[in-house]
Amino acid sequence: MATVPVEAGFIVAGLLFLTGLVGVLVRRNILFVLLAIEIMLNAAGLAFVVAGSYWQQPDGQVMYFFVLTMAAAEVAVGLSLVLQMYHQFDSLDVNVMNKMRG
Amino acid sequence: MTTVFYISAAIAVVTTVLTITRVNVVHSLLYFICSLLATGVMFFVLGATFVAALVVIINAGAIMVLFVFVIMMLNLGPQSADREKARLKPHVWIGPGLISLLLLIELIYSLVTQRPAETTAGRVVEPERVGAALFGPYLLAVELASMLLLAGLLGAYHLGQGVVKGIPAAISHTWAPKSMEKGS
Repeated sequence: MATVPVEAGFIVAGLLFLTGLVGVLVRRNILFVLLAIEIMLNAAGLAFVVAGSYWQQPDGQVMYFFVLTMAAAEVAVGLSLVLQMYHQFDSLDVNVMNKMRG
Repeated sequence: MTTVFYISAAIAVVTTVLTITRVNVVHSLLYFICSLLATGVMFFVLGATFVAALVVIINAGAIMVLFVFVIMMLNLGPQSADREKARLKPHVWIGPGLISLLLLIELIYSLVTQRPAETTAGRVVEPERVGAALFGPYLLAVELASMLLLAGLLGAYHLGQGVVKGIPAAISHTWAPKSMEKGS
């Protein structure tokens, strides 16, 4: 039966996570930043599932379920904040709100 | 099956890189959906069929549709893409890219020098076991996840109501930009 080395799964997860990290660091449009955060969450979930598949335990998939729940809640609140930001500043650029009041 | 895993892993990595390099947010979103579907194939090959269905239905289905709705509501014009294009100069991404490359080299080094390669995949963790774990030892965590979703729902509702040009009703009493205060 076909097998995949567990290192390969972790390396793919690491590649995806670091791609998301570069996205957060480089992009200034808040929609791209949110997408890059999604990429990182998904990569972390992939690592969980690879580990769960390696030990033949369901816990990896259970953790992915929780990661997915958290991602859904985060995206809902984050996107409504994006809407508020767009209506306040007429821009999606995170640099327009780099100053705090007070 | 091993070949399928590697092909979908390559697709996932390439489409994710394309996701963070596009200037048009809709193109970026479509590439990310491709990446999610490739991840779903990887889950399936790894024997995690429950999660493979979950990532297609919830992540690629529901969460990405939320993004599409927001992009439709924002109605971004071509000048947004031009601004993004101007931002993506090499001097912007070369520093973070090099640092992340170093991190990746460290990660791969520590993974391949740990111990001889052991194998996974081909053996399925059945969805029944996942369900039994979710509603057995993880029951409290599932309840907490539902509370988290409720909090997300209420937060999105509270922040999303009263979005008008100018000061939104929900947060105007605590936070408003100076230009708006002067104008009104």
